[in-house]
Amino acid sequence: MQIYLPIADVAVNAFLLLGLGGVVGVLSGLFGVGGGFLITPLLFFIGIPPGVAVATGSNQVVASSVSGVLAHLKRKSVDIPMGTVLLVGGIMGSAAGILVFNWLQSLGQIDLVVQLSYVVFLGFIGLLMAQEGLRSWRRARNPGARRTKRHQHHWVHNLPLKMKFRASGLYISVIPPVLVGLVVGVLAAIMGVGGGFIMVPAMIYILGMPTKVVIGTSLFQVIFVSAFTTMAHAVTNQSVDIVLAFLLIAGSVVGAQVGTRLSGRLKAEELRMLLALLVLAVAIKLALDLLLTPSDLYSLYPGGAP
Amino acid sequence: MIRALLLLVLLGAAPAYAETVVAGLSLDEVGITSSFDGTEVLIYGAVRRDAPEPAGPPMQVIVTLEGPAGSVTIRRKDHIAGIWINTEEVGVSATPSYYSVASTGPLDEILDPAEDVRQRISVPLAVRAFSGPLEVEDARPFTEALLRIRVAEGQYSLAEGSVKLIEGTLFRADFKLPANLVEGDYKVRIYLLRGGEVIDLYRSALPVRKIGLERTLFLMSREHAYAYGMMSLVLAVVAGWAASAAFRMLRR
Repeated sequence: MQIYLPIADVAVNAFLLLGLGGVVGVLSGLFGVGGGFLITPLLFFIGIPPGVAVATGSNQVVASSVSGVLAHLKRKSVDIPMGTVLLVGGIMGSAAGILVFNWLQSLGQIDLVVQLSYVVFLGFIGLLMAQEGLRSWRRARNPGARRTKRHQHHWVHNLPLKMKFRASGLYISVIPPVLVGLVVGVLAAIMGVGGGFIMVPAMIYILGMPTKVVIGTSLFQVIFVSAFTTMAHAVTNQSVDIVLAFLLIAGSVVGAQVGTRLSGRLKAEELRMLLALLVLAVAIKLALDLLLTPSDLYSLYPGGAP
Repeated sequence: MIRALLLLVLLGAAPAYAETVVAGLSLDEVGITSSFDGTEVLIYGAVRRDAPEPAGPPMQVIVTLEGPAGSVTIRRKDHIAGIWINTEEVGVSATPSYYSVASTGPLDEILDPAEDVRQRISVPLAVRAFSGPLEVEDARPFTEALLRIRVAEGQYSLAEGSVKLIEGTLFRADFKLPANLVEGDYKVRIYLLRGGEVIDLYRSALPVRKIGLERTLFLMSREHAYAYGMMSLVLAVVAGWAASAAFRMLRR
């Protein structure tokens, strides 16, 4: 069934959009990522104009994150104080990120920067997670092997303004989470995503949060960061397509519920390994786009004769 | 010189054998609703004569349909430091979003090239109205790329021989409008030709508008951006909550 999208100005199959939303929803419930890094390239692929894909993608991320976080709240796996601290940094970061985005756009190189940052960050994070996943998998196979210490005391633990985060079992300074939120916020705004896929590893590896609360907490803060981004797009460039958003959301909220249930059944190592493979696959696909000779060297961008 | 003379003769002779177009469209306007999936437009007409059909080269008909113009930027990628990145670009300030030509025969046989230049009938001439300070030495590959990409996507097309002329009087042309239409007034032009020269031109317009819910949402996104953004967010939050609540009910 074809449906005409009022802002994107194209007709697409409604069931394709529902399915796309569903798949991304399952992933977001499973891994605690909003799914922005997948939905945006997938929308490009089916012919939605890039501006509309980025803006509408962030609206969809709000819905799947709300749906996911409610399930996590039920399981008490959301660290709300930590999420709030991250959010403070996140909002400052995305405000700064939008300025950087506009500056790059005026230079005419935003596409390249977006693609390169996807490749670099996704590749780096994917490798990091795959390595960690392999290590814990091996450890699970020979229990006699030497274990690395889970809580390492390094510079992160010697900063002032300490705060107790009970759900995470941490007593650390608020400075690192604010900085993590800030950096993720900047990247999220530039790349047009919620930032969960950067936030999740940062919480595990930099802040030392237990994997159990990471997903819920990430979803919690992604809701607000992507709501902020959606509003910014709706007001500045009118590129949020509510009909497209509705179809994606209808699919993804159901998918997110399924994914959240699944995440309770999978082991943490398996979960991490799966996310690592997924992230690497997207990074490789994007890297190939930059490295392989394009089928047509010329491309058209509507509007804007500079 | 000879051509100018010919034209004079033709113009002088025209009133004697005046041949004009009367035409109509199968649609008064195209309304884009949420179920819009492209549409077919039939343009039909007849040749009205004050005198019997003159001898000489046979009557030919060309029908064009042109969508509203918009600006577009054409970028070229180059291989720099191992990766393909956009380097040069050409901005075209006004090029039709849709342009389709239907004719009774091959354009190079029925249309004089000089007449084509004057009337801008064939696809490359109709589209080639680019402007702006060009930062590149040779803009031709860029405009060729514009044509190539838009032809491949079905936005520009040429259907030679698709216009049927019956008894030298009645004709019809069918156009298939794609689903990704740009709103605006589509210009219909019907050219009558003899011996490669245009002897009459008929113009009409086909408005293409979003209607119903599509129009409401589109206007709201432009005129009440804050409310529209809030509405999108409320939709997202409510949908997220509803799915969560529904699944809880199911599990009980």
